Amino acid sequence: MMKADLKTNGLILPVSLLLGAGLTGVFVMAALVSFIWTPFSVETLNIAAKLQQPNATHLFGTDHFGRDILSMIMVGARVSIAVAIVAVGIGILVGVPLGLLAAARQGGLVDDLVMRSNDLVFAFPSLLIAILITAIFGPSALNAIIAIGIFNIPVFARVTRGSALSVWTLDFTLAARVAGKSGVRISFEHILPNILNILIVQGTIQFSLGILAEAGLSYVGLGAQPPLPSWGRMLADSQTMVSFAPHLAIFPGVAIIATVLGLNLMGDGLRDLLDPRLRRMR
Amino acid sequence: MLRYILKRLGVLLVSLLVASGIIFTMLEVVPGDPASFMLGINAEADTLAALRRELGLDQPLWQRYVQWVGGMVTGDFGISYTYQVPVAELVMARIWISLPLALFALLLSTLIAIPAGLIAAGRRGRASDWAIMGTTQLGIAIPNFWFAMILVSIFAIKLRWISAGGFPGWDQGVFVCIKALLLPAIALALPQASILARVMRSSLLETLSQDYIRTARAKGLSQRRTVWAHAFRNALIPVLTIIGLQFSFLIAGAIIIENVFFLPGLGRLIFQGITQRDLIVVESVVMLLVFAVICVTFLVDIAYVLVDPRLRKPT
Repeated sequence: MMKADLKTNGLILPVSLLLGAGLTGVFVMAALVSFIWTPFSVETLNIAAKLQQPNATHLFGTDHFGRDILSMIMVGARVSIAVAIVAVGIGILVGVPLGLLAAARQGGLVDDLVMRSNDLVFAFPSLLIAILITAIFGPSALNAIIAIGIFNIPVFARVTRGSALSVWTLDFTLAARVAGKSGVRISFEHILPNILNILIVQGTIQFSLGILAEAGLSYVGLGAQPPLPSWGRMLADSQTMVSFAPHLAIFPGVAIIATVLGLNLMGDGLRDLLDPRLRRMR
Repeated sequence: MLRYILKRLGVLLVSLLVASGIIFTMLEVVPGDPASFMLGINAEADTLAALRRELGLDQPLWQRYVQWVGGMVTGDFGISYTYQVPVAELVMARIWISLPLALFALLLSTLIAIPAGLIAAGRRGRASDWAIMGTTQLGIAIPNFWFAMILVSIFAIKLRWISAGGFPGWDQGVFVCIKALLLPAIALALPQASILARVMRSSLLETLSQDYIRTARAKGLSQRRTVWAHAFRNALIPVLTIIGLQFSFLIAGAIIIENVFFLPGLGRLIFQGITQRDLIVVESVVMLLVFAVICVTFLVDIAYVLVDPRLRKPT
């Protein structure tokens, strides 16, 4: 029924989805291209060309070491996107099975554990704990990933549990039970495919939150370490020079905003597209 | 009602216990031990042993945990390793910057968000709705520390209206202090106001689609009167939840924003603690902030019951 619904109405893609996917796509492409080509090397310093305003050679200008800002933003996209993807990945790989298990044995031990840890995470300012983790284990991109990833686990567990519970009330799960399938098997074969759309939307949102969190951590020096450029670090470095070289702050900032905006728009668009109930309301 | 409050109080205590357990354990798994972490790799063996004794690291784990928690309950947060003064003293000196900042931001965010959400919901689908929703979409995407930097470069450096950072101290008069906190509070409030405005809008739209609203309109009440007399109060419930949750984001956000504006608040204290490897300061201040957040969550739960009489009946 859902497939048919998609076919008849789904051809009109939401504008937000197109816009969001376009914006996000630009930065994913920039990150991928940076592996094989950047306009300038981000590792060689060229003091003679320092603090240039945007010009024909350096489209986005240069920093105080003469490094090309455009190239740094491209490599920085790599770091931001990689950190966010892995952090969301941790959340999905651990959280989704936990949520499925909690729903399959509602009221059981796993269920209690998932719900309580969820309450707790809401009580914790996540950035605060991320700062604590990176402070203790040393600042690095890897520890930033772990710190952000941990907080994604209960988010996915809760969303999975909630939507899985509503699927469990449907008749076909009863049929699968009668056919002798175990709770775990039903969860992965029948429940998971039915809640995939909700997880995709949540994944997009968490992805954008991950980008913001990484930027915040690396801004305070607890994320990716130099010489690896990251958007947050570029902003931190620009802070003392913003009065005479505003381009140093503007371009990395716009990169963060555009990526996060793109992902959020994409999430909204996907939700409209995948949730027929919402589409009727609009 | 009393049962409900007692139950929430129980949740509060358990959350605090678990939170303190987590923070304590995290500092236990520091590579080496806190003493060697604090002194660095070049420390002399006897200095290390002395600090271990001073920190009580020679005692069993559970005993140290009980001492730490017990100390905090009685207001003894330990002694800062770098400042050589009680942590409680450091906290008291700084809390009067962080707390007003968070409250100021919360106030700004609420004052902007609720009218914005009301207008957007009331003019749903029209240009003003699109403009407000577009702005909030942007507001959510802007990192607050970047926004803070832009604010400083415009209002402090270019226009020279406000100083770029620092805090004069409350004895210099309330006005100058509020002026010093204005830009940080705006920077903190922007993303929160955006989220809140969206919640306000969708919550009001949801409420306006309820049957009792149709009844109110059918009996001849004007749209304006329906919103004020019936819909607004009910629509506030989810808004209240988000305001409560935002307190935790404001506190965490304040850590970074305080560093942008060189405000000597709790956030800067945590960072100084981190860079100077003063783990006792970090541990206690983080625990204090978590305590504040958990308490606010508790207060929000209580506030629900006051706003929504349906929750007062035992379920």
